[in-house]
Amino acid sequence: MSDLKRERISAKAVTVGGSDIDTDRIIPARYLKCVTFEGLGEHAFEDDRSQLKQSGALHPFDIHEFAQAQILFVCKNFGCGSSREHAPQALMRWNKGIRAIVGVSFAEIFFGNCLTLGIPCVTADEQSIKELACANRADPDLEFCVDLKQMKVFFAAREVAISMPESAREALITGRWDPTVELLKSKDHIAASAARLPYFRGWSSAT
Amino acid sequence: MGKNLYDKVFERHTVRELESGQFQVLVGLHLIHEVTSPQAFSMLRQSGLKLLYPERTFATCDHIIPTLDQSRPFADSVAEQMIAELEKNCKEFAITYFSHTDGEQGVVHVVGPEKGLTQPGMVICCGDSHTATHGAFGSIALGIGTSQVRDVLATQTLPMSKLKVRRILVNGRLKPGVFAKDVALYIINKLGVEGGVGYAYEYAGDVFDRFSMDERMTVCNMAIEGGARCGYINPDETTYQFLKGRRYAPRENFWQQAMAYWESVKSDPDAQYADRVTYQAEQIEPMVTWGINPGQSLGVNARLPELTEVPKNQRPLVEEALRYMNFKPGMPIKGQKIDVAFIGSCTNGRYSDFELVANLLQRGQYKVAPGVRALAVPGSQLVHRQLIERGLDRVFSEAGFELRNAGCSMCLAMNPDKLQGRELCASSSNRNFKGRQGSPEGRTLLMSPVMVAASAIAGEVADAREVFDLNT
Repeated sequence: MSDLKRERISAKAVTVGGSDIDTDRIIPARYLKCVTFEGLGEHAFEDDRSQLKQSGALHPFDIHEFAQAQILFVCKNFGCGSSREHAPQALMRWNKGIRAIVGVSFAEIFFGNCLTLGIPCVTADEQSIKELACANRADPDLEFCVDLKQMKVFFAAREVAISMPESAREALITGRWDPTVELLKSKDHIAASAARLPYFRGWSSAT
Repeated sequence: MGKNLYDKVFERHTVRELESGQFQVLVGLHLIHEVTSPQAFSMLRQSGLKLLYPERTFATCDHIIPTLDQSRPFADSVAEQMIAELEKNCKEFAITYFSHTDGEQGVVHVVGPEKGLTQPGMVICCGDSHTATHGAFGSIALGIGTSQVRDVLATQTLPMSKLKVRRILVNGRLKPGVFAKDVALYIINKLGVEGGVGYAYEYAGDVFDRFSMDERMTVCNMAIEGGARCGYINPDETTYQFLKGRRYAPRENFWQQAMAYWESVKSDPDAQYADRVTYQAEQIEPMVTWGINPGQSLGVNARLPELTEVPKNQRPLVEEALRYMNFKPGMPIKGQKIDVAFIGSCTNGRYSDFELVANLLQRGQYKVAPGVRALAVPGSQLVHRQLIERGLDRVFSEAGFELRNAGCSMCLAMNPDKLQGRELCASSSNRNFKGRQGSPEGRTLLMSPVMVAASAIAGEVADAREVFDLNT
């Protein structure tokens, strides 16, 4: 189980600014036309990227210096909108794969989808995010360490405090973020709970 | 101290507490569609897992289905592959599939309620954020991701943390020309697009008491647009009357037992809430969004914000929205020329949505303005049949609307129904995100179906009260 433990993620980072970045922007709906998640990575932020290109600018995901990044810094309400797991699936398949996200706040379904994939979404206050983003932009080669044991991001000789719900942190550091096995352990409990609900077997066969 | 519906239903569905501190919660009804389920079935096969309760999962095809020619194979080979995959999975795992060849298909959030599957006191999940819709019946209804779809298929449960509950009261009486969609947009405008993070919304008060089930579904549908994972309304006589006689609703001999359960999960009069807000119905205007998230809205006669009126930390977002929409600060939204009008989606694609519009269209023999492409897409094949049976299909076509076959259509444009280039669309759907309606530069104005119809007729954003003379 050791390779499932998410205690410390050390990597280069990339910053995508702006609040309320929705899942349609992370992965446009036309790329949901698929029966596997393979190949989604190259389309992460596709429309934002091409629009910036047209205007003569570059999206951080297109800037060569950030191509090695595995930690993503974002702003407020990141991942709002649809429940599509395709969004975190695209991020974890982009280049080397995003393995941790640090932001001011996250939409809940997105947070849950990331957790199920073993990607921590941790929050920090706006000032700290600014600090991280500045350091990242000033030196794309700078390594950051997202430490879920100490709940801090370390970089250069500095650190900022991060937070996340204790149950999610626990699941990540113990490597139990993929819940299927644990859920399956309690088949008897599940059957008992189902039997207690009058509707579960359909009203026609209820007793 | 009393309990609210959310707490009661959550407790009744709790299997056990997990080591992480989350709860393992039983899912009473699981709905699936072709977009977010295929990978879940692949994961099941990879790990050799079976479905624990296949009889509690129901499927239909909605996102990718074309609304013109639905004959198989679909012209789009990827769409064909996706529906074929869904059919194969349903067959292999013994899941009930509502297919369009049997006339049972529709948007998953329209089909569940119309078949009587959606009932009070359930935990309902679907790999789609607009699952919140089903909360209209007094259920906990949540959108989930694909790995969670796998877990529900394999274990009929999910790990969940308990949400806080915010009670949203809307009292008084809505003015003529103001509809459920306006209430939904108004609440999101007031509380913000992330105001609901961490919360379930309990909607209550005069307005919701009077609302039909269709109207209640419209508001609960958009709970997620305000950041709330789910929204619900306590069940009452309106709920029970809606359910009676539907295919999966309790039969006569089980009705009393069902009612006893449904009544038992209602919020107690002295229930506790983490937060309460109250709005006055008379304050609500016909709403239109002007930006790139559903909270960026205003009354149809208001002007867009001046940058100086916007708090400094929100300015970048407002500027980004204005740039994308090609709008200027302080300009009126009314009078903006539109290219496309879309009535449909899980928000506003039910029979009563079309009936209301048809009645107004008929009243004045109105016609869609030249140059406006107007689509009316029923939320289900049943809705479509009802429109035809009552002759309302002709009303739409005579007014210049194309009445299409059922599906999600231009709400997210995963089928051929898409905006082109920078087209501006008056839409009864739920999201005005950048690129949402199929063109990476396409622009969406969210509003009620009646406002969409009024704007289609005027060729520009219009006040439906003026177009249809609704003020009396």
